Amino acid sequence: MSQLRYSKDHEYIRLEGEIGTVGISDHAQAQLGDVVFVELPQVGAQLVQGGEAAVVESVKAASEVYAPATGEVVAVNDALEGQPSLINEDATGKGWLFRVKLADPKELESMMDEAAYQEFLKTEA
Amino acid sequence: MRYLPLSDEDRALMLARIGVADIDALFADIPASKRLTGLIDIPRRMSEMEVERRLSAMAARNVAAGSAPFFLGAGAYRHHVPASVDHLIQRSEFLTSYTPYQPEIAQGTLQTLFEFQTQVAALTGMEVANASMYDGSTACAEAVLMAHRLTKRKKAVLSGGLHPHYAAVVRTLATMAEDETVILPPDVFAREDIAAAIDEETSCVVVQNPDFFGNLRDLAPIAAAAKAKGALLVAVFTEAVSLGAVRSPGEMGADIVAGEGQSIGNALNFGGPYVGLFATRLKNVRQMPGRLAGETVDAEGRRSFTLTLSTREQHIRREKATSNICTNSGLCALAFTIHMSLLGEKGLRSLAKVNHANAVALAERLAGVSSVSILNECFFNEFTLRTPRPASEVVDALAKKGVIGGVPVSRLLPKAGLDDLIVVASTETDSESDRAAYAAALAGILS
Amino acid sequence: MLNRQGRATRAVEVALTAPATFTGNRGLDMEEALIFETGRLDATGVDIDEPAPFASRLGGHERVAPIGLPGLTEPECLRHYVRLSRKNYSIDAGLYPLGSCTMKHNPRLNEKMARLAGFADIHPLQPFSTAQGALELIDALAKTLMALTGMSAVAMSPKAGAHGELCGMMAIKAAILARGEAETRRVVLVPDSAHGTNPATAALIGFSVRAVPANAEGIVTAQAVKAAIGPDVAAIMLTNPNTCGLFEREIAEIADTVHRAGAYFYCDGANFNAIVGKAKPGDLGVDAMHINLHKTFSTPHGGGGPGAGPVVLSERLAPFAPVPFLKRDGDALTLVEHAEGGQSFGRLSAFHGQMGMFVRALAFILSHGADGLKQASEDAVLSANYIRVCLNDLMTSPFGDRPCMHEALFDDRWLKETGITTLDFAKAMIDEGYHPMTVYFPLVVHGAMLIEPTESESKASLDLFIMTLRDLALGALAGDRDRFLSAPRFAPRERLDETRAARQPILTWTKPTPA
Repeated sequence: MSQLRYSKDHEYIRLEGEIGTVGISDHAQAQLGDVVFVELPQVGAQLVQGGEAAVVESVKAASEVYAPATGEVVAVNDALEGQPSLINEDATGKGWLFRVKLADPKELESMMDEAAYQEFLKTEA
Repeated sequence: MRYLPLSDEDRALMLARIGVADIDALFADIPASKRLTGLIDIPRRMSEMEVERRLSAMAARNVAAGSAPFFLGAGAYRHHVPASVDHLIQRSEFLTSYTPYQPEIAQGTLQTLFEFQTQVAALTGMEVANASMYDGSTACAEAVLMAHRLTKRKKAVLSGGLHPHYAAVVRTLATMAEDETVILPPDVFAREDIAAAIDEETSCVVVQNPDFFGNLRDLAPIAAAAKAKGALLVAVFTEAVSLGAVRSPGEMGADIVAGEGQSIGNALNFGGPYVGLFATRLKNVRQMPGRLAGETVDAEGRRSFTLTLSTREQHIRREKATSNICTNSGLCALAFTIHMSLLGEKGLRSLAKVNHANAVALAERLAGVSSVSILNECFFNEFTLRTPRPASEVVDALAKKGVIGGVPVSRLLPKAGLDDLIVVASTETDSESDRAAYAAALAGILS
Repeated sequence: MLNRQGRATRAVEVALTAPATFTGNRGLDMEEALIFETGRLDATGVDIDEPAPFASRLGGHERVAPIGLPGLTEPECLRHYVRLSRKNYSIDAGLYPLGSCTMKHNPRLNEKMARLAGFADIHPLQPFSTAQGALELIDALAKTLMALTGMSAVAMSPKAGAHGELCGMMAIKAAILARGEAETRRVVLVPDSAHGTNPATAALIGFSVRAVPANAEGIVTAQAVKAAIGPDVAAIMLTNPNTCGLFEREIAEIADTVHRAGAYFYCDGANFNAIVGKAKPGDLGVDAMHINLHKTFSTPHGGGGPGAGPVVLSERLAPFAPVPFLKRDGDALTLVEHAEGGQSFGRLSAFHGQMGMFVRALAFILSHGADGLKQASEDAVLSANYIRVCLNDLMTSPFGDRPCMHEALFDDRWLKETGITTLDFAKAMIDEGYHPMTVYFPLVVHGAMLIEPTESESKASLDLFIMTLRDLALGALAGDRDRFLSAPRFAPRERLDETRAARQPILTWTKPTPA
């Protein structure tokens, strides 16, 4: 079971080998409200860490998702097209957004682990 | 003052409750040197009677369309609007209501918008329409921007049959947004080879039908030519009644339709307010600008309507919005939908038939005036006349004879060398004696 | 990326109860089907005589396929729209405390004047000699707007406030282009509290947006502007009074800073109602400002439009004004309709502007006069402050207890322990017979509630409104949660499932297929 690492922008990445699965945190989905639409990157797109990768829309809000790591998009979660609610129901599981082949796994070292993220949420409130 | 309910006594009580000595204390944040002390140099208050007198005097200096034989088109058309339409739009709940952001107390507005959207989609032969734009020209400009977003290209090709002011609006926005526009030369005979102007950098071709000169075109080959190069067809119309007689842009393969809805439900109003109609295919809906009313249910499971897909819009997306638009043309869209509901398909087809019949009759009469020729092979309710003398002179001379005969092309295209052309429109409001008067006046001027 | 604007968009519980009546109607509150369900394809409410047979000149371009739209006879039509109208709240029926919208009374004289044949039944392209009265009216309104704002020129053609913003920013971009600085000046400064149209407009014409923070008192300081300004800045866009209802005290210094840096000052005039006759934007250093005729000058909101957004311009920007603009030709008025040969940045729309709204606005201005307009602004500010002091013992304000201009801003800190949100509070107002105030705007204030009464409310009306809000506030604080969470219960509809509307968009009626 691989660990989730979180960015300050509330994205997570789960690393398995060279592939990172990216999504938004459970806290982020709760803040957004019911998700109605997701704009995903194209498979093959080259992402840069911190660059805009996707957009998650609720009725009243649209939030940019920034790439937590640099790399090439190898898969996107097609299920979200018909069921954007997956992000609300299971943000860190079935509600994943895209998978990226990491150019430099060291980029993840500065990200927060679960405990640090929970602490971060407390200070942000 | 008749619009201000607070009395001096009320004001004193309120100031006391607030805890300030006088009203200027509440304006203390205005820098002292910038506060106005006296009154601004405009007249003092006037009674209703006095305002009526002044404005009526101004109105009386204009020649109203109903007072003379009247044949102007070129983007705005005189039609008969049934009395019910203007009566209904003046109901308090339609006239003085706000944008329906609280849907529970705005179902009147929202349902009429849903009906409007359905009508516009059906009329244009498209899958989805928005809740209206400011007018046809800005709808056209927004359609070009939408095509840029969809194709990720920045070059628009505008037909020489597009209304010159619409082209000017597109060009102004493109210049400011640093996009490219190619405007083909004025296409009086609908002979241009627009397909030749499309390349791999073209995001869209913009073609008007019926065009500015009144010609009818088959858009299907243009749609195909655009598609072959990965570009979109933006179809434009300025006379909504034409949709009752002429094949719809959707049927001919348009990707986006932008048009002027003024002809249905709305008076000429010297150019505004009008109502822009905007429609597209469902797959493009998230790139469509403007408001959208959608169906849903409420907490009791009853069918209800609400504004939806709002994340496209400025109040949520801000600098990433599809457009900066905030208002639609609400009351004008309501007038459109009421008139359209009264007409129905049957009434619209009849209305369009009468328009065409009157235009055909007028063209025949005018073609009979020697040295005058009608340039169009086919037309709906508008055509182009060539005169032996400068068109602007002819039009002014006609006006002196009490006939408002048409728009000189040179007014919209001053440097195109088309100074001998007049664009003439005829609607159901013209009578046989109007047409006879026109022909007689024209013959008199040219003899 | 965290977005704090997300809030509930469907009812928490859906209670499907059997309707109390057979029709679903509740007395005068009637259910009304769609015209596509009640109309008939062969019905029409307009009598049109078939023309005598004639040779068509449509050249084979006839529409053959059916359109699929039903018609209604006149009685059916009246009934349909009258019933629908009764589901709408309106200014004529009650107070709209909508901050930033200026929902003042719409005088009926304006409607009568706009419908005079000499204004309504004239074509934009008829010969100028036949439309002198129309041009005279536009000129009269234009001169008045310049006098009220102290500015040198005015562009009358923008069709709405946001269109006016586009006009002003285009004039600024044209001025920068003329100076050869288009490549270097690509940034526009915008406060976070700005209305969404501001950054959207800037982005539309290729600028990038740089945020300028407000201070703890809710205003933008000259110091903050100095920190953000640079040679890459084309303009600042400020709303004054700002979206928090406060006059930007340091505006003159800000204008000065901006000008000395070679940039321009765009003012969003949405809140002009607070200062008409009390201060002139021209005196404050503004270069361009749009005026919402449908806010400050009472033209009706019509359920969402049409608006009108003429833009007053400083001497610096006047040469770049769009076509068409008025010109005197001896005794007569004409329009300059082509940009070529001048510095105009081009054309914003097909014709001359929202003439119908010009007539209404001028009728309003003539009725009030200089003295009435000043009184109106004073009453607007007075009423907003009256509401503020009558509620501020119960409701919290983000910038403390200080006077506001024409609108009073509260946040949701006072609701924190109640489990009731700003949205719930707003929906409960509906049950009390009020349209909610502006909520969740400006974005920089959490759970914002922005109340603008305007000058059109009597003291009795204000007192009743205040009493109602106090009752609601006290109820919320006392833990009366059900009233709020289930609201609205008495409106034509209860809370809508907006999530469903966005996830499964149904944007047109389609004929149901038989099961």
